[in-house]
Amino acid sequence: MEKQQGGKQVNKKLNKKEANAQSPKRIINETISGIPIKAIYVPTDIKTLNYNRDLGFPGEYPFTRGIRETMYRGRPWTMRQFSGFGTSKDTNKRYKFLLAHGETGLSVAFDFPTLYGRDSDDSISTGEVGKCGVAISSLEDMETLFDGIPLDKVSTSMTINGPASVVWAFYIAAAENRGIKSNILRGTIQNDILKEYIAQKSWIFPPEPSMRIITDIMEFGAKHVPQWNTISISGYHIREAGSTAVQELAFTLADGFTYVEAGIKAGLDVDIFAPRLSYFFNSHLDFFEEIAKYRAARRIWAREMKNKYKAKKQESLLLRFHTQTAGCTLTAQQPENNIVRTAFQGLAAVLGGTQSLHTNSMDETWALPTEKAVLIALRTQQLIANETGVANVIDPLAGSYFIESLTNEIEKEAYKYFDKINKLGGMVKAIENGFPQREIADAAYRYQKAVEEKRRIVVGVNDFVLDEEKIEIPILKINKGVEQEQHKRLSDLRKKRNNNKVQKSLKAVKHAAQTKENIMYPILDAAKAYATLGEVCNAMKEVFGVYKEPPMF
Amino acid sequence: MNKKLRILVAKPGLDGHDRGAKVVARALRDAGFEVIYTGLHQTPEMIVTAAIQEDVDAIGLSILSGAHMTLFPNVLKLLKKQKATDILLFGGGIIPDEDKKVLYKSGIGKLFGPGTPTSEIVEYLKKYFKTE
Repeated sequence: MEKQQGGKQVNKKLNKKEANAQSPKRIINETISGIPIKAIYVPTDIKTLNYNRDLGFPGEYPFTRGIRETMYRGRPWTMRQFSGFGTSKDTNKRYKFLLAHGETGLSVAFDFPTLYGRDSDDSISTGEVGKCGVAISSLEDMETLFDGIPLDKVSTSMTINGPASVVWAFYIAAAENRGIKSNILRGTIQNDILKEYIAQKSWIFPPEPSMRIITDIMEFGAKHVPQWNTISISGYHIREAGSTAVQELAFTLADGFTYVEAGIKAGLDVDIFAPRLSYFFNSHLDFFEEIAKYRAARRIWAREMKNKYKAKKQESLLLRFHTQTAGCTLTAQQPENNIVRTAFQGLAAVLGGTQSLHTNSMDETWALPTEKAVLIALRTQQLIANETGVANVIDPLAGSYFIESLTNEIEKEAYKYFDKINKLGGMVKAIENGFPQREIADAAYRYQKAVEEKRRIVVGVNDFVLDEEKIEIPILKINKGVEQEQHKRLSDLRKKRNNNKVQKSLKAVKHAAQTKENIMYPILDAAKAYATLGEVCNAMKEVFGVYKEPPMF
Repeated sequence: MNKKLRILVAKPGLDGHDRGAKVVARALRDAGFEVIYTGLHQTPEMIVTAAIQEDVDAIGLSILSGAHMTLFPNVLKLLKKQKATDILLFGGGIIPDEDKKVLYKSGIGKLFGPGTPTSEIVEYLKKYFKTE
């Protein structure tokens, strides 16, 4: 008791003292997301914590301490660098470079036209082909992308949402054409359309048909591609759009629950599809807040899957997740400092128990990364894994008064958002209402204000600035000929393929869209007939229509 | 300012990164401008039509997709065609210095990069319209 009071006194004293230290305006009593914090944490801060109920052992319910009994001792996290630029040939070369330097999984970044289901030769694609990722308009491009890469051994993650069904079909067909059966393919399609409406904005169809395509994908995957993660429920983009850690967690989990409910409603057994749902989170600047966020995420998911959705299989309760360090925290100024930021963020992800990790490159505020920059980013992970010793002990921060208290706090705040979303009639209604979008825009504006008023310090941007700074790192240039090259490839393809077969396959896609038939089968047939991405998406658009976002700020 | 200056904040092309555009739109509104935000996925034609219909004083384009060397010139070309070059075209996003030089030469207003305080954009617009 005496000690506990001591804790309170210390908090009071330090808060007063620190308020006057350094910059008088600087925020020190809140996490970067605005959760109140104290100068010191004591046993009373976690007096309600029950080890077996709230933490458990790693690999045991509620999985707060990790989803596997042995964690990184049994299997290190997958080092997976998100990459793609120019043509499929350019990116194929980069993949081989990364694999040769110890990367253990692939992750495809597509260009904007591909993300929107548009072909490279569509007029709206002008100027954007191969710029922010690799241009993939057909099965032929996909075959080039993975040429010489062992698809039976390596796992591939693809950041694709609106047209996920079509791009996934290209991948499956590319593997099958090389004699690799779909049941041994491993990987992930992001396929998380709800967060597209909320944050990333690469949608095609309205919510209702989009949700139907997703349940078709879940069903198809469970039958034919059983080792594939059919949705990667993503908080990453929500955070990048400016959300707080709690909003990232709450909106992402609420999206996850919505997919589970859609699957159940479509008549699927929860234990058939839930084990193939995975998550994708951001790792931002506030070190302990991020670690607490991952721990809270695992506990909430396990509890809700067990109690609310009545999942029986242990695999259905496990929140497996990929992490990417926060691109939005990188600075254009003194870009070399980004190496250090990324290292801290990568470390937080590992201490939080991530299953795979992407570490950003220092030059990514300027362009897609150069080979040199991406190699340093990969080496950063290898340093964490092999030199720091942090992977040797499982969930090493458990029991910390601060970490456990922050984990509880984040969990509590997330449930407040779940309540609000329920009151609005669920996540789809909340999105149509603009609720999460508004919350995120508000948070982004608050953060910007805090930076401009120097209540938050960004090294090299609003403090510790260099006079007349000169950027001295190399910047990757995308070859100007990419667009023309893609145009030529597509026009050649349209000439040499069997166009009768293509037209028939597109009719079948349209027919499936109009009926309740699982749309993945005709899409796969269309992919195999070398129908282009744009053609297949247009066939679906004729039935499903397109989504329009009401502009707001 | 006697009459409130009207600014169109626009997102051309397929780029979905709208955090910056929205933050700038709010900051301009808070600074006393009248702000119209186009929303996402606008073609240059849509942007110029909206600018003329809304009778704006300036268009701010936000581009983070690397398509700036296509989209800025296209919007400018259409403004010229519509004889609406009294509308200031400025912008922000990830635009390398060498590209900036080319765009400035063609008559495009200031281009703001990552890390710019919104107050700098406000100051620029106030100054521009006072001295004109």
